[in-house]
Amino acid sequence: MEMKPVKLALGPLLYYWSRQATLDFYAQIADSPADIVYVGETVCSRRHELRLDDWLEVAQVLADAGKEVVLSSQSLIESESDLKTLRRIVAQTRFRVEANDMSAVRLLAEAGRRDWIAGPTLNIFNPQTLGLMMEAGASRWVIAPEMTGAALADVRAAQAAPIETEIMAWGRLPLAHSARCFTARHFNLQKDTCEFRCLGLADGLALRTREGEAFLTLNGVQTQSARVYNLLADLPEVCRSAEILRISPQGSHTANVLELFRNTIDGTIPAAQAFEQSAQWMVDQPCNGFWHGRPGLELHQVATSTCL
Amino acid sequence: MTPKQRIELVCPAGSLPALKSAVDHGADCVYVGFKDATNARNFTGLNFDPTAMREGVRYAHAKQRKVLLALNTYPQAANWKDWTAAIDRAADFGIDAVILADPGLMAYAHQTHPQLRLHLSVQGSATSYEAINFYRERFGIQRAVLPRVLSLAQIEHAIANTPVEIEVFGFGGLCVMVEGRCALSAYATGESPNCNGACSPGKHVRWEQTPAGMETRLNGILIDRFGDEERAGYPTLCKGRFDVNGETYYAIEEPTSLNTLELLPELARAGVRAIKIEGRQRSPAYVAQVTKVWRAALDRLMGDAAQFAVQPAWMAELDKVSEGRSHTLGAYYRPWK
Repeated sequence: MEMKPVKLALGPLLYYWSRQATLDFYAQIADSPADIVYVGETVCSRRHELRLDDWLEVAQVLADAGKEVVLSSQSLIESESDLKTLRRIVAQTRFRVEANDMSAVRLLAEAGRRDWIAGPTLNIFNPQTLGLMMEAGASRWVIAPEMTGAALADVRAAQAAPIETEIMAWGRLPLAHSARCFTARHFNLQKDTCEFRCLGLADGLALRTREGEAFLTLNGVQTQSARVYNLLADLPEVCRSAEILRISPQGSHTANVLELFRNTIDGTIPAAQAFEQSAQWMVDQPCNGFWHGRPGLELHQVATSTCL
Repeated sequence: MTPKQRIELVCPAGSLPALKSAVDHGADCVYVGFKDATNARNFTGLNFDPTAMREGVRYAHAKQRKVLLALNTYPQAANWKDWTAAIDRAADFGIDAVILADPGLMAYAHQTHPQLRLHLSVQGSATSYEAINFYRERFGIQRAVLPRVLSLAQIEHAIANTPVEIEVFGFGGLCVMVEGRCALSAYATGESPNCNGACSPGKHVRWEQTPAGMETRLNGILIDRFGDEERAGYPTLCKGRFDVNGETYYAIEEPTSLNTLELLPELARAGVRAIKIEGRQRSPAYVAQVTKVWRAALDRLMGDAAQFAVQPAWMAELDKVSEGRSHTLGAYYRPWK
């Protein structure tokens, strides 16, 4: 059975890969079933294998391949130089912009842009705040990872005007940002002289408990879950609350994951079976607690067979 | 040189005795919360019911001090009315300012109670003047509390580019993450500062003496293990010891407190208008001790900034009540990052 047609988005690359690895990755994405691709550096201003001009080139290549391309802005804005980059992102008009901080919201609203995307770090939890973002020009929002399916349904029911909803459906969850770089700290380096140690870590740096249980992932100034958020088994329900599903890039098999989602949405593969198949492409155990209003690391078993 | 503007000392109170203690020891403002999820210190046995709130406001106002109300969690569609009701009550009780994080709630307060002063909570995650000015233009906020991520130079730059008063953290428990952008507790326990007003909540904590040592767990996750010679700390999940690449250490942050006493002259020169002390979950004795020291330090600074020097006795008093009995300058000091 086919589900409601939803689009597939590839979220911004959260890790720091070499220039060549990044370009190769997006060349592959150009041929993938992703409808929308978010590009740009959102985590750390020190990462410069690709600078904004390079990202704009990647964006153009993807656009030429028929993708809708969005430029994502940095989540933590600290310096005037961060703001300078942000102003350049807002000033270009070829691509839509994902605002990941209220500074971006202010600049986009001031520029009169009416097509921007309210990113997952804006903390939009109720219809009133969502309405304010729409007034300021947002035409799509990405829900915060910790928002539950029930809370989302409430917001959508109370919404005065329609807006596209995007939900992260695959990947390690971005859980926190800091001024401190935990990767540099691990290597006994300071952030300002970090030697770009993130470069060797395609899927981040694993943090385990003293019992050896995978708990978190250190990704420079960002902390992610160790487990992979995986809503494949929940898709029949998730698709009722979203127009777009976000896949977060990972070190390998991202294109396979996109294809699996496409086939599941199209009804070629049942959701429960897709969930089982996805195990081969997961860097860690699956979780889906946030969607079910549970601790995020939990895996809530879904009786998908009744939905399909 | 004496700072041009008076710096307000903003102290925490999780109970009426703590509020009185703050006022008696020299706080200019005391910040408090209601007994529910509308604020980011939603702990059992803490905070103010309506009777205590009325008495607290009366007590502070009688001594010309202010009471600020933290309503700094994010309401959901289903509980929205609880938060707006809290704002209505704040206005009714004569609260001097409400500290908010949610834009929707700010719009409500701005429209419904235009005379009510609005402060942007640290939970609003505004780390630049562009973000701060957004809240100023849309909702008329008069003060912003900065997340504990900026260096001194960055704070000074923000102040130079906004008419909004800037408040910074001076002392107390240290969030390593950008406040309002941390779902670690939600990931581990299902309860977060953003939505439930709690981080690493007590009901998920387990202390267990084992042959390997005292183990502290949060929802079953081992946060740390302590030898007999070590003092076991509360399992705040970012302050445990974890294993990264075979090395066990405080991978995110040590159990330590922020203490910026020695930066006071520079914070004053940068134009900071208020210093916030963390700790609504702490005892009236903590509030008294910390307020006393910071009052003395601020009075000394306001008297003659050139002569200001941190007294060893002040530091000794503050270290006594610090988490882990140690302190850090946090992000104010660049190498911390």
